[in-house]
Amino acid sequence: MPDEPAIHARGVTRIYKAKPDPVTALAGVDLDVEPGEYFGLLGPNGAGKTTLIKILTTLLLPTSGTAKVAGFDVVHETSKIRRVINMVAGGEQSGYGLLTLREQLWMFSQFYGLEQREGWRRVDELIEITGLTEQRDQKVRTLSTGQRQKLNFARGLLNDPWVLFLDEPTLGLDVAAARDLREHTLEWKAAAPGRTVLLTTHYMVEAEQLCDRIAIVDRGRILALGTPDELRRRVQAESIFRIELDQLPHDGDLDAIAALPGVLSAVRADEDGDGAASDRVAIKVALADDSALTTVVTGVAQQGAHLIGLAKSEPSLEDVFVELVGRGFGDDDAPGNAKGAAE
Amino acid sequence: MTAWRGVAARNPREAAEWSRGRVIRTNLRAVFGRAYPRIIGLTREPSWVFFEIVLPFLAVSAFVFVYRALQAPEEFVGFVVIGGAMTAFWLNVVWMMAAQFYWEKDQGNLELYFTAPMHLMSVLAGMAIGGLVMTSSRALAVIVIGSVVYGVSYQVSDPLLLVAVFVLTMIPLYGLGMLFASLFLLWGREAFHLAQLLQEPIYFLGGVNFPIGPAFGQLAAIVMATLPLAVGLDAMRQLVFAGSETNGVLPVGAEMVILGVMGVVFIVGARIALGYLETLARREGRLTLRWQ
Repeated sequence: MPDEPAIHARGVTRIYKAKPDPVTALAGVDLDVEPGEYFGLLGPNGAGKTTLIKILTTLLLPTSGTAKVAGFDVVHETSKIRRVINMVAGGEQSGYGLLTLREQLWMFSQFYGLEQREGWRRVDELIEITGLTEQRDQKVRTLSTGQRQKLNFARGLLNDPWVLFLDEPTLGLDVAAARDLREHTLEWKAAAPGRTVLLTTHYMVEAEQLCDRIAIVDRGRILALGTPDELRRRVQAESIFRIELDQLPHDGDLDAIAALPGVLSAVRADEDGDGAASDRVAIKVALADDSALTTVVTGVAQQGAHLIGLAKSEPSLEDVFVELVGRGFGDDDAPGNAKGAAE
Repeated sequence: MTAWRGVAARNPREAAEWSRGRVIRTNLRAVFGRAYPRIIGLTREPSWVFFEIVLPFLAVSAFVFVYRALQAPEEFVGFVVIGGAMTAFWLNVVWMMAAQFYWEKDQGNLELYFTAPMHLMSVLAGMAIGGLVMTSSRALAVIVIGSVVYGVSYQVSDPLLLVAVFVLTMIPLYGLGMLFASLFLLWGREAFHLAQLLQEPIYFLGGVNFPIGPAFGQLAAIVMATLPLAVGLDAMRQLVFAGSETNGVLPVGAEMVILGVMGVVFIVGARIALGYLETLARREGRLTLRWQ
């Protein structure tokens, strides 16, 4: 069944017993992730992302609803799911500090049933790919946070999973380590068709950079789902371009530009306080879609102005989140941290 | 530079279909994998020489001095040395078996064990085998040092039977540890106190430092019915000091049967407790998860 979704969830709810009242971590999640997708669950802390991952990795039962991973039911077919998945969480301290990095990976390879020689071969291969060759004989307890997380990532790939769950994998990493890790996930996924990644993150840039599709989650519900472009279009239907010219066409008359086919509006950008260099002028044009841009560029040239610069102005995923939820991520997470780790 | 490689199976359905042989092989490898850190730990943590040989030897010495001061039969010194060696196994069972799942949860290992395609009994068996290998070296050191320093002479009537009794003692002892591993996790933060509770009272009831037959009289039978350490020690003392005038509580054959039954009961109990633990963990969302 090659077309079966890698992940399929319908009406998944999860309620935790708590005092004084039960806590609803998931409130009816519907989700389909196709094989080969890099799918992101984006939301603030407490949104329900990790709970969903725990259900999909067979660590938790849903209170109601159904979920399947690689076509196997998370309630009744746990053994089969465990053979084709793996999971890496941010800040993970798993394993045993007295083992060397190489021994630690080998130990985990045995839990996945890799034959001895194949286990060592796979371990050495992953050590090299993740750039841990220098630390291979170093005890795990002496590794830095970044090296430790690379080790965790390598552990997650020991069994060559079909579905890899990454739960906030760059949490607490510095910029370079986070970038390395993100690149590794992309390269690993691209190396074979059908490999699927489900990433949870509250770093917007990370989700935007990695994911084919993103579900924005808050308070146990999926608020929006689509490609990053689709999500952005939810808050900004038109395409907005900032165009820098050596002079205004027809002595500042922008009506002719605004009247072009596909153009919704055209205004001076530098008069809005959006300044340009003194030897150039900037205009902002709103287009029905990107294809009208050619018409605009041709139009300004015909009116005697020369194009110097062009930039598309797009809303960020944070704008999308604020639009959907009415508050920003910053309520839960320091924006500096998020940006730092995600860049 | 090594590059990422593709997967061998054509699709996840094919990848998830494992033969019975592969399931068994995976679980056997998991046993060895989990035993490895404990075995290799022998060479990585030299401090154990002090904590697990010198300290037990001091405890043994205290009882030796008391027995000699009281002019007790000389084989009592040997009883204490053997008891001191067996103490190492009991400590290993309490702290590195019973309490282990609780520590593993804190480290985040338990989540990974649950999501790996092996049975958790394999992890417990790996812990037990690793612990047994690790502790045997320590126990042997205590016996050798104690015997040399205090001049203990042994009269082993049947070495093979002695080995059989030792193995039969270890099975229920570590089986009990496997059972406690799940129960301690269920009891959560009390695990530390429970481990402490299981230390001194068991030394006393298990007759680590004295033969329980003469000491407990009729009550010894109750102890024999519950504590594998007590049964194993009594049987081993009978075999190691064959000419002793101090009788065992029961004949060695009967004690071997008790140990065999205990082994089955504790290991089956561990299997049931683990199944219950997993169900509860998934249903209630605690136990396995670090942050719960």
